[in-house]
Amino acid sequence: MNEMTPPKAERAEALKGLGTARKRVEDARFTQGKGNYVDDLKLPGMLFGDFVRSPYAHARVKSINADKAKAIPGVIAVLTADDLRPLNLHWMPTLAGDVQMVLADGKVLFQGQEVAFVVAEDRYIAADAVELVEVEYEELPVVVDPFKAQADDAPVLREDLAGKTEGAHGPRRHHNHIFTWEQGDKDATDAVLGSADVVAEEMVYYHRTHPCPLETCGCVASMDKVNGKLTVHGTFQAPHAVRTVASLISGIAEHNIRIISPDIGGGFGNKVGVYPGYICAIVASIVTGVPVKWVEDRMDNLMATAFARDYWMKGKIAATKDGKITGLWCHVTADHGAFDACADPTKFPAGFFNICTGSYDIPTAYLAVDGIYTNKAPGGVAYRCSFRVTEAAYFIERMIEVLAIELGMDAAELRAKNFIKKEQFPYQSALGWEYDSGDYHTAWDKALSAVGYTELRKEQAERVEAFKRGETRKLLGIGLCHFTEIVGAGPVKNCDILGLGMFDSCEIRIHPTGSAIARLGTISQGQGHATTFAQILASEIGISADDITIEEGDTDTAPYGLGTYGSRSTPVAGAATAMAGRKIRAKAQMIAAYLLEVHDNDVEWDIDRFMVKGAPERFKTMKEIAFASYNQAIPGLEPGLEAVSYYDPPNMTYPFGAYICVMEIDVDTGEHEIRQFYALDDCGTRINPMIIEGQVHGGATEGYAIAMGQELAYDDMGNVKTGTLMDFFIPTSWETPHYTTDHTVTPSPHHPIGAKGVGESPNVGSVPAFSNAVHDAFRPFGLKQAHMPHDHWRIWKIARDLGLHG
Amino acid sequence: MGKMHIKLTVNGKQEELLAEPRELLIHVLRERLGITGPHIGCETSHCGACTVDMDGKSVKSCTVFAAQANGANITTIEGLGNPDGLHVLQQMFKEHHGLQCGFCTPGMITRAWRLLQENPNPTEEDVRFGMAGNLCRCTGYQNIVKAILAAAAELNAAKEAAQ
Amino acid sequence: MIPSRFDYHRPDSVDGAVALLTKYGDEARAIAGGHSLIPMMKLRMAEVQHLVDLQGIDSMKGVSVAGGTVTIGAMMTQHELIANEALAKAAPIIREASLQIADPQVRYVGTIGGNLANGDPGNDMPGLMQCLDATYVLAGPDGTREVAARDFYEAAYFTARSDDEILVSVRFTAPKGGYAYEKQKRKIGDYATAAAAVLIEKDGATCAATSIAMTNLSDTPVWCEAAGAALVGSKLDKSAIDAAVAAMLPTIDPQEDNRGPVEFKKHVAGVMLRRAIERAASRA
Repeated sequence: MNEMTPPKAERAEALKGLGTARKRVEDARFTQGKGNYVDDLKLPGMLFGDFVRSPYAHARVKSINADKAKAIPGVIAVLTADDLRPLNLHWMPTLAGDVQMVLADGKVLFQGQEVAFVVAEDRYIAADAVELVEVEYEELPVVVDPFKAQADDAPVLREDLAGKTEGAHGPRRHHNHIFTWEQGDKDATDAVLGSADVVAEEMVYYHRTHPCPLETCGCVASMDKVNGKLTVHGTFQAPHAVRTVASLISGIAEHNIRIISPDIGGGFGNKVGVYPGYICAIVASIVTGVPVKWVEDRMDNLMATAFARDYWMKGKIAATKDGKITGLWCHVTADHGAFDACADPTKFPAGFFNICTGSYDIPTAYLAVDGIYTNKAPGGVAYRCSFRVTEAAYFIERMIEVLAIELGMDAAELRAKNFIKKEQFPYQSALGWEYDSGDYHTAWDKALSAVGYTELRKEQAERVEAFKRGETRKLLGIGLCHFTEIVGAGPVKNCDILGLGMFDSCEIRIHPTGSAIARLGTISQGQGHATTFAQILASEIGISADDITIEEGDTDTAPYGLGTYGSRSTPVAGAATAMAGRKIRAKAQMIAAYLLEVHDNDVEWDIDRFMVKGAPERFKTMKEIAFASYNQAIPGLEPGLEAVSYYDPPNMTYPFGAYICVMEIDVDTGEHEIRQFYALDDCGTRINPMIIEGQVHGGATEGYAIAMGQELAYDDMGNVKTGTLMDFFIPTSWETPHYTTDHTVTPSPHHPIGAKGVGESPNVGSVPAFSNAVHDAFRPFGLKQAHMPHDHWRIWKIARDLGLHG
Repeated sequence: MGKMHIKLTVNGKQEELLAEPRELLIHVLRERLGITGPHIGCETSHCGACTVDMDGKSVKSCTVFAAQANGANITTIEGLGNPDGLHVLQQMFKEHHGLQCGFCTPGMITRAWRLLQENPNPTEEDVRFGMAGNLCRCTGYQNIVKAILAAAAELNAAKEAAQ
Repeated sequence: MIPSRFDYHRPDSVDGAVALLTKYGDEARAIAGGHSLIPMMKLRMAEVQHLVDLQGIDSMKGVSVAGGTVTIGAMMTQHELIANEALAKAAPIIREASLQIADPQVRYVGTIGGNLANGDPGNDMPGLMQCLDATYVLAGPDGTREVAARDFYEAAYFTARSDDEILVSVRFTAPKGGYAYEKQKRKIGDYATAAAAVLIEKDGATCAATSIAMTNLSDTPVWCEAAGAALVGSKLDKSAIDAAVAAMLPTIDPQEDNRGPVEFKKHVAGVMLRRAIERAASRA
């Protein structure tokens, strides 16, 4: 090394690459209020659209009279299904192979359903006009319970499907039945259950909730009739998919559609779907020839855009007397609402729920899921989780607890006894997955010792005695969870949405002076892609992350990709970024060799340069190589330094973690206090520890809300009972617990940099930890199962039902 | 029910406009004055994304009519710092990863700005209680609290140095 | 969520405000902080043609503590009440309760007058004023009149105030002894699942006088004379508190909502009252 060369460590640090707690490049804008969200967009002549929505959950629409609304100055149009029918846009395809009404076609099927679309000069006039559209309804019987929906005499919800015995996912056996999805070996599982020492059985309900990002959904559609180009700015988690779908259903050629996702104010799955508002805004812009904005309000958001969960999971788990699990059986009744608009890969109508064997080596298992229509809003999106993985994790982590009760065993010990062992990876699960890597015992032991598990159990036992003696009214719960996620959809061979393979992409251009721009098929909604993808690339191509611009979300410039959800950005687009970077480096190697006048194989990579093997003083930095690539004629090489990679992952990745919650519960008021929350995550290679920690805090807070009170509740008439943030629980800084984060690192063997993804782990892992803490507090008094959310009155009811109120 | 002549001082600048009395302050700021830092999150005064400072008070501008605000002195996130010099709170939010999607951030920082003027030496509990009118869906608040406490310390150190 | 059109008025005197309310009758509504009314208008559940904004009336501001009497102008915000040291000394229960109302932003604009006059059973101040045996001063076209807080509330959103009257101030005798405001809620910003306001005076170890009121457990606040009476003369021991809770329970009539079923609310009402009595007694 010559004197001019800084030491390796210094050069590596200057890159701000993998593993650096790099500050976010997004923040200068956001902290100054200079974000660019869809509702900030104002185009010349722009109109505003607003929906007339159904007050009823099930009714026939007898007539719609918009005369009074149209008479208001400033009202441009009122669209109904009749106006969309000639365009064949009164219904639209859903992501799950079903169809959904864009505007009420003869009847409405859930409260808040879109009935008519008012277009006016501004949102005030639109709101006035919505009030004046007269709709005559004839109420029909409502069914909100997925079990009652399957009765022979249950109301027929989907008249459009009359006589159709075959759905997108196989046979339908009832007029409100959507599909049955089976995995595993039924006969073998029945045999195991029939001969087991112990079988624990429970119904576990994961209630309906909603991702509720702080920014609601919206778009601005702008049809330029002069050049025939449709541009739509919107809250889209998958802009390219939206472009393709928009082209397929509108007939506009795909090159004439430009979809732009600007800054997105949180998504959490809510912004994956295609909503009637987008279609109506597009149609209205085509009709009027000017841009049309549609932005839903919070009540619209909670009532009508995609919900999450609503899974009734009946389980049986078999084990030997000493606690070795021998089999798992599960049947799910999945409430999908009025239309099947789940956002799942096509071949997986219940998502990846078949990860429900969790972190455990369960040799035999069987799963069946029945999808059911009810008079509730459509959706079923992955609320900060990968396609029904939260439901699966909650199910297995509750079943383990129930089995521990049945066996009279400590639940931590039962878990450790059944974990898949380190040496078993790659591990083939009984329900069809190949887990890539894991070291569960190490993570678990670290977690138990970090919280002082043994002492906690002692304290808990003492507390129970004190409670029985009347010295305290507070119980102590220790909530355990060891989860295994399955993220990074996914291999194109089995993962597609509407036929679109779930690869992802990255395109890199190195500028002559040695800085770069990379464009990806994903879109950040707060995950900090502009920061972290630059870090991946910095480590790959030796250019400082500060000199790399990351751009996403504009389909005219970004390479095709399937977007950001299901923790797929790092596993898929992150891999594409690394692979594209390696193509850059391969070409750079040839350029360097030429410049150094040696053979290609005689140079080697060294952080930010190629140097001659054995002669480190002879090197070319990436800056020099970039300049030469454009400005020097190199025989046999095209000018320039660019690369693109479309990455189709060979497998999913399987992040895991160990979460422990210590909770105090007041049996008289049902109130709780989180005394400690410990979260250990193993997401493989860690790109930016600061951002990982932030993701864990945020996801765990969502999990806290879901477990402890957040609910999309309906009454028997199908009215939404939690339609504003007064009743839909989002905790403030005051209620939110403090988190301790920790990690182990077990890289993914098949991912180019070994990263697995982390965004959703904390939601997946924290819900069972919070819920198990509640259950655990009451276990000494005989509680086996109590449904979430564990709000004050429901916890109080547990105590009352156990006779703890005297 | 005609329009009203409304005068506001926004970030030190005099603004005059004709508006219906029913127009909400958040819409006047965002749509008439192009001040899009404050956002609309819940519309029922629960989330605080629309928080601005009005005559020395943190208020939720989705629940203030333009008419009520007539004559008021308003500061928004745009008035706290500038591209050449971020306010300490803005710096600390970046430093401590106090934001993710950025949608709550303008309201959050504007509220924290008032909080620190009223209580320059807050405890963590004071911050958590004083920020409870602002919801965040991304961060779990822990780093927001950290950022505000760090900003308080910075501001106090700067004050001491000046003395 | 966009409200209907209305005309806006900002009178600078109580007489001016009353004149507007008289002129426009039931088309007019007075607005103070507006954090109850504006959401209702945005949801188009309150129809208002003339909005009479009271913020310009200086005479409705201020707090005075004189000769053991506390007078609070109706336009005082929760934030101002919390910050007022004289008030905190004369009637610390007001600060304790105010800190449990809504969130910081709402407390900057929410006023005591709005909280009292709206008649929303979820509001905290009405029960508190019944506990303090406060008197409301109402200004109307025929001048002012006074109504006891304990006589003011008739049903949810129905009060003794007529449409052309304005609640201009509230007055009470500074309480002696111990105090407590106990409120259970789901989160910051929520109304009470149940709340109890308690004042206790002791003579030695014996309870000499008391006042108890409950919030959000009926369509009006509930002042529980019998519950208070059950404590007077006792040592404030468990049996006396049991008797007070037992006396309170028949006087409330909670309704089921998202906070929980009736039975739960009754149970929590008992717990809140018990804790409030214990805390007030410890401070007496």
